[in-house]
Amino acid sequence: MNFTLKIWRQKNVTAKGEMVSYDVSGISPDSSFFEMLDTLNQKLITTGGDPVAFDHDCREGICGTCSLYINGRPHGPVKGVTTCQLHMRAFKDGDTIFIEPWRAKAFPIIRDLIVDRSALDKIIQAGGYVSVNTGGVPDANTIPVPKEKSDAAFDAATCIGCGACVAACSNAAAMLFIGAKVSHLALLPQGRVEAATRVQKMVACMDKQGFGNCSNTYACEFDCPKGISVANIARMNREFLGAKLFSEKERVIKESL
Amino acid sequence: MTRLNARIPEGPVAEKWTAYKSGSKLVNPNNKRKLDIIVIGTGLAGASAAASLGQLGYNVKVFCYQDTPRRAHSIAAQGGINAAKNYPNDGDSAYRLFYDTIKGGDYRAREANVYRLAQVSNQIIDLCVAQGVPFAREYSGLLTNRSFGGAQVSRTFYARGQTGQQLLLGAYSALSRQIAAGTVKLFNRRDVLDMVLVDGKARGIIARNLVTGEIERHAAHAVVLANGGYGNVFFLSTNAMGSNVTPSWSAFRKGAMFANPSFTQIHPTCIPVHGDAQSKLTLMSESLRNDGRIWVPAKMKDVEKLRNKEIKPSDIPEADRDYYLERRYPAFGNLVPRDVASRAAKERCDAGYGVGATGVAVFLDFADAIKRKGHDAIDSLYGNLFQMYEQIVAESPYETPMMIYPAVHYTMGGLWVDYELMTTIPGLYAIGECNFSDHGANRLGASALMQGLADGYFVLPYTIGNYLANEIHTPRFDNTSSEFTLAAQAVTDRLKQIKNSGGKESVDHFHRRLGKIMWEYCGMARNDAGLTEALYLITELRHEFARGVKIPGGLDEYNPEIEKACRVADFIELGELMVRDAQQRKESCGGHFREEYQTSEGEALRNDDEFAFVGAWEYSGRDAAAKLHREELQFNEIKLSQRSYK
Repeated sequence: MNFTLKIWRQKNVTAKGEMVSYDVSGISPDSSFFEMLDTLNQKLITTGGDPVAFDHDCREGICGTCSLYINGRPHGPVKGVTTCQLHMRAFKDGDTIFIEPWRAKAFPIIRDLIVDRSALDKIIQAGGYVSVNTGGVPDANTIPVPKEKSDAAFDAATCIGCGACVAACSNAAAMLFIGAKVSHLALLPQGRVEAATRVQKMVACMDKQGFGNCSNTYACEFDCPKGISVANIARMNREFLGAKLFSEKERVIKESL
Repeated sequence: MTRLNARIPEGPVAEKWTAYKSGSKLVNPNNKRKLDIIVIGTGLAGASAAASLGQLGYNVKVFCYQDTPRRAHSIAAQGGINAAKNYPNDGDSAYRLFYDTIKGGDYRAREANVYRLAQVSNQIIDLCVAQGVPFAREYSGLLTNRSFGGAQVSRTFYARGQTGQQLLLGAYSALSRQIAAGTVKLFNRRDVLDMVLVDGKARGIIARNLVTGEIERHAAHAVVLANGGYGNVFFLSTNAMGSNVTPSWSAFRKGAMFANPSFTQIHPTCIPVHGDAQSKLTLMSESLRNDGRIWVPAKMKDVEKLRNKEIKPSDIPEADRDYYLERRYPAFGNLVPRDVASRAAKERCDAGYGVGATGVAVFLDFADAIKRKGHDAIDSLYGNLFQMYEQIVAESPYETPMMIYPAVHYTMGGLWVDYELMTTIPGLYAIGECNFSDHGANRLGASALMQGLADGYFVLPYTIGNYLANEIHTPRFDNTSSEFTLAAQAVTDRLKQIKNSGGKESVDHFHRRLGKIMWEYCGMARNDAGLTEALYLITELRHEFARGVKIPGGLDEYNPEIEKACRVADFIELGELMVRDAQQRKESCGGHFREEYQTSEGEALRNDDEFAFVGAWEYSGRDAAAKLHREELQFNEIKLSQRSYK
């Protein structure tokens, strides 16, 4: 198969970027999108060009490293897969394909198609964990967890932290990402203990990192490669509101003593 | 041979670890914060170690090449994690887990280390549940288990087909908590290119900032390697594209011995290669073998018709199918260990019975299981795997059998470590897949996650204290000392040399060639003549690489080609060592199958009289052959026998 690629090229965070056109030919429909880009890069290297930088690692859809905005959609046209699991059979021979990086204020560009997603780590560091130490925990079967809750927690926990939700959102909000983590832990008895403080810290950090807010377009759910539901955002909002009301109540009680 | 002292504690195997912990030195909390530790890698081993050491109060610096620690390749592990909980009441115990691991490893692992692994396995599950890892549960709300990869008890805990992901996110959350607390400092997008030794002890590293190209020096009282396996020496493997041997290899060049490098695990259930542009292979969890039946056509005429697409697999009647694992190994059937299943697939394909367009694949068929358990039950067990397969191959396993073929997956070999997980360089530790210690010549399914977390959460935090207790008077190191300056200069010189080699071919060109040599001569089956040929070809490739590689871009910017070049240069040297190791081991054991040493039925033939040892290699310079040292393995608990799964 043959394709015309329009790729965003940008030397570093301060440089001015532009779309550059390339042609690739002889691509197998069974090749992955990255194998197609590998072919382009091999050609660029041996002919004295400058290969295109893109993030990728596991190439099996689980590490969350890959982050291409293809034809106006994060991870491209096929629903429920990451860019690395996108195959060229999803395109038509002769197609022109537009490839851009994730675009969000909180994700500065490092080079070409690579962005810095450390802001997502910062949000987890703000409270996306259960504060247990290594050692000194009860036997794993001490606390039964209803299967339905455990399954729902798992569904939320499958988030790979790729940031497609941010890229898809017109407000560059990270609420699906945070909602998934808040839900995963709040649904389990182990995570329930700190649920109120966790959600407040994570939301505060989200604001600080420059992510936008949710305006219910559901674009994040639509483009999430792991099918994380927007119900997680609703749960986060509920947790957040509950936590705020609860902390307000605590303050009033304290002041009245 | 005095240099290899495994320092195994005295006493019965079941009491060694308790005895060790009771007798090892401790570091006072006030002193811990004066001690710096560097951890390289943030997979299960690295993240759990960094989090645990930070929690203890040490000053930890953790490095990863990925943009965030959560992406380390442990995340891709699918099947599960073993523990001797015996929740299903089916007769499991620490002893049985120990026994199975030693036997599964074909008696080439160290008893004391493996017993400890089995002992701490239960604590891992407890901790992970407390962290919020959503393991699969019964309707009672209690945890469920499954049988996995050659085990006769159900001891595997799992989180659908994403167990590695959930465990890593657990370790990552513990690590994130310590980063927020300030006990751990994260250095992401860094390649660790060299170890720095001061007076013979590991005292720091040289790293390259992958974004800016800056060469950084980091000093510490101890260095922990957790950089994973080296399967990418084969170019095509199930490893992540960035997985590399470089930190381990730089340690090797500085004097750490490298043990059993040729012990490679070829996983039986991967998606077959589609063509020349292929960049990586995808694993299909071994759990599929619990319900899938593996077969090829029994008749050559059906093979041809299949290839010409004249018939579908389902058109072949039951009597004309060769369920070769069930035929050869009636007791274990499709659940034989990985090495046995892989070789059997190769045997059928080499004999011409392979399926698919290339003839290098076998069927993994779920038709019976779907009939027996129903579509929904199969979907709940394997739904995400079926989906993944369909996405890659564009065929639905519900409708037609999957096609699979073995692929390089895991490396049992790695840096030699003693009972404390210390390499032959004082103060330098190796944990998780990058050490050699627990899996012998073949790793059992669901044991890699167990070992990574055992080392990081429950072993290293104890053993490293025994070393650091003697370092409390050592002040923080100055990273401008001559040792650091020299090491940084050497790294810079090497980068410049690679950059300026002035060749024409890309790094990938050389990597693919190396992979082909390794797969052909040092893969699932090896022989002396082939290994000799491989040595010649690799040496030739090394010289061609040195003068023929082309690196676009500069050294002081984001440059993936220079990253890859450093890794491939090390892989080429490692490839040579693997071949030498495969050549010296004149026996077949586990994943190491020497064609000259097999039974009349084609099974691996061990030679315990001459080869019940760990082969540990010592670097002797770039152009000299490495020197072999032996650690004789003592089997006091377990009687050696031929592995039989018939």
